Amino acid sequence: MFQIRIHGRGGQGVVTAAELLSIAAFREGRHAQAFPSFGSERTGAPVVAFCRIADEKIRNREPVVAPDAVIIQDPTLLHQVDVFGGMVPDAYILINTSRGFDALGLRDFVSGFDANHRSTVPATEIAIRHVGKPLPNAALLGAFAAVTGLLGIDSVAAAIREKFAERIAEPNVAAAREAFEFMHEKREALARAEAG
Amino acid sequence: MLKQVEGSQAVAEAVALCRPEVICAYPISPQTHIVEALGRMVTAGQLAPCEFINVESEFAAMSVAIGASAAGARAYTATASQGLLYMAEAVFNAAGLGLPIVMTIANRAIGAPINIWNDHTDALSQRDCGWIQLFAEDNQEAVDLHIQAFRLGEELSLPVMVCMDGYILTHAFERLELPRQEQVDAYLPRFEPRQVLDPAEPLSIGAMVGPEAFMEVRYLAHAKQQQALELIPAWAEEFHRAFGRETGGLLHLYRADDAETIVVALGSVLGTVKDTVDELRETGLRIGVLGLTCFRPWPHLAVRAALADVRRVVVIEKSLAVGLGGIVSANVRGSYTGHPDHVHAVIAGLGGRPITKRALHGVLRKAAEGELEPLTFLDLNRQAVERVLTREREVRRSGPIAESVLRDLGVSALKIG
Amino acid sequence: MTDQPIKFYQTGTFTVGNRLLSPEQRSVQSNMRRTNSLNSGHRACQGCGEALGARYAIDAAMEATERRLIAANATGCLEVFSTPYPETSWQIPWIHSLFGNAAAVGTGIAAALRVRGQTDVRVIAQGGDGGTTDIGFACLSGMFERNDDVLYICYDNGGYMNTGVQRSSATPPAARTSTTMPVGKGTGSAFGMGKFVPAIAMAHEIPYVATATVADLRGLEAKIRRAMEFRGARYVHILVPCPLGWGHASEQTIRIARLARETGLFPEFEAESGNVTGVTRIRRQLPVEEYLRPQHRFAHLFRDPPRADLIAQIQALADRNICRYGLLARQEAER
Repeated sequence: MFQIRIHGRGGQGVVTAAELLSIAAFREGRHAQAFPSFGSERTGAPVVAFCRIADEKIRNREPVVAPDAVIIQDPTLLHQVDVFGGMVPDAYILINTSRGFDALGLRDFVSGFDANHRSTVPATEIAIRHVGKPLPNAALLGAFAAVTGLLGIDSVAAAIREKFAERIAEPNVAAAREAFEFMHEKREALARAEAG
Repeated sequence: MLKQVEGSQAVAEAVALCRPEVICAYPISPQTHIVEALGRMVTAGQLAPCEFINVESEFAAMSVAIGASAAGARAYTATASQGLLYMAEAVFNAAGLGLPIVMTIANRAIGAPINIWNDHTDALSQRDCGWIQLFAEDNQEAVDLHIQAFRLGEELSLPVMVCMDGYILTHAFERLELPRQEQVDAYLPRFEPRQVLDPAEPLSIGAMVGPEAFMEVRYLAHAKQQQALELIPAWAEEFHRAFGRETGGLLHLYRADDAETIVVALGSVLGTVKDTVDELRETGLRIGVLGLTCFRPWPHLAVRAALADVRRVVVIEKSLAVGLGGIVSANVRGSYTGHPDHVHAVIAGLGGRPITKRALHGVLRKAAEGELEPLTFLDLNRQAVERVLTREREVRRSGPIAESVLRDLGVSALKIG
Repeated sequence: MTDQPIKFYQTGTFTVGNRLLSPEQRSVQSNMRRTNSLNSGHRACQGCGEALGARYAIDAAMEATERRLIAANATGCLEVFSTPYPETSWQIPWIHSLFGNAAAVGTGIAAALRVRGQTDVRVIAQGGDGGTTDIGFACLSGMFERNDDVLYICYDNGGYMNTGVQRSSATPPAARTSTTMPVGKGTGSAFGMGKFVPAIAMAHEIPYVATATVADLRGLEAKIRRAMEFRGARYVHILVPCPLGWGHASEQTIRIARLARETGLFPEFEAESGNVTGVTRIRRQLPVEEYLRPQHRFAHLFRDPPRADLIAQIQALADRNICRYGLLARQEAER
């Protein structure tokens, strides 16, 4: 089972991101469970959503306490909420930012992590280019697909198209694909650097 | 058809497949997605003929359902928590009038203090009203129970509550099998009421019954629920044949054959419990699970049989009878033939407090070692409550508990000026 | 305006017979083929205004709907005295659910009929003032606001009579009830409290609102028949004296109702979509004492010394109604 925890703020599509992950996994024939942990609707408030992906029926309903991956949609949460709590060793960290881990004050924290498992992606900028709004979730999912290899980018695209009408889906799919390519190139560059 | 869909949306589709004729509901978290989804279907003409009524309160919602059902229409509504209490008078009325209304309860805590998260206080507060109460373990069962509920209710002329955990199930996306319309039509025929308001055959419904006949009427209500004990498994069996899934029924057992300890629970926590039990079995513990699907009528004989050779019973319940202890555990204890002290009440998850595998491991280990108290509150912050209780021993202060706790923490409203 | 072109002069409580009218102008009650929807044998008090009003209203509704009618009834005197289990005096499909939900039950019945394509069957929801103006108010307003196809009839006897004459928001000022003693300075209901639901109904701009009394039974029938010409939410508010609660002789019921109108204390009018379309004018205005004296619930106003101050306040209310609704016949107004 692979467990993902997504942190963000109300209005950024955190819950939708978890749902889209579950739909993408479903399309690949897997079992998936996605659920939020917020309550009353309120934009701007910290929100957490969870997704579990497995090959058999998922029975566990507790919040994800030991995530295999943490996606952070809003870096302003970094020093406010315990976004990294309970992570398994070598969990994937994916942060929406155009800055690096150093600039975010996380250099020491991530120093022990496999470089392939910690990534940043300027998802908001990508989203604004395609969608016209700072809704980074689709781009983050594209990057997530590239980083973890857990889901195919085509499945992510199909999930977006299933959930949204065409005029909303297509720009989001474009954002996801751009982030996917961005991440792919970044990882290839990293691999070349390590090899060389 | 297999779908990855939100629980609320799936329930709405299940209800829609049952061809409801009057849908009336008042919004309350966490049921809103169900009724909104049904509203969209009505607008899209998917449910014709169907009347969707925006009522002004939950009391009105149940009352409109009563009028519609009495006039021969298949009626549906949904609520939770405060809303269920607000319609309580009408809830009893619907059962007393024998109207087969189906209502979804998106289980949620009851205030004060106000809390929108999941527990079973709402449904259990109405456990004696005469409605049938069914609890879904997961969203597939929630879908299936709604279909069974309409069939059951109309067969018996009794209203049915289908309970599903608020947020945990209603707002969870899961992989589900949604039935086809033809399948549901074959299982659920048209509503043909025994008594109906009809100008061609006038009758008076709802007269005052005095001491000379009331006992008999209430006895018959109890007898009818006893009949449900036969019909619920029968209709679940029929459902299994028609849809290929084993859901519903009175209760189900998991790894209970040679169990010394049985964990009893209702609703979504059963999933987490089963995972925990699997892990405990790996360590050699002889432990199993009793999942209760039907809470009312209370399946006394089935529970008694299931717990017959069991050494200890741990009831994990999301409910509290203030001043007494557990509610489900009290019902279980009444059906357990062993010593009553061997039924342990574990109050857990109130107001949406997550029930973790870690906490379950802890409490079940303790039970296996014979060290579990008769009544425990899972994951309680003992420090916080001790602080309040100590202070209260010195200074009695009336007022709401939650705000009183804040005062102890030094948090209070700033005075102006 | 549902006037008849024939003037009747009524004395005491005797009403003029139907023999003077052509058949089509006769009351529904005078017709041998009336449905007796509320049949004899019910357990109402002698002289009950509500039983009288309900009998006329429902039979008129049955005639107007060609006997396609369902009624939802709130808890109260009418419900209790009409259905002494195992007997019932209702000859129409009838349901009693709760005290405060008659309007909502009516909404539900109407919805069921619409779904089944049976829109020729009409729905009445009815209750006393307690079940309408107080505990039933939210459901009533909801029904109005949605414009549900229900005619709501309120039988207003100014108090919770079934449970022992307690005060409701329809109890008139200074009227004695069993719960007004501790409120205000005197024995009776306080001035400045209370609500007049017909005006609130008009504020919802529903298709039809009317007030009526059991003193003008043909007028009452006509208003019910008029109400059934409309679709959507309708409200008819009938003043029905209660000999027990009001403390008057049981044969005086109709006369007391007439005095309520003739003093101006109870305005009789019709309204459509929030605008008054017609009033029943007072032929000869009477001072409020004539209405108050015969009722024991106002006896405390007439002790030694009499409460001239309170009587004057009541007179002011009557005068306000007369002004507000234009209740005086032209000649009387000019006097």
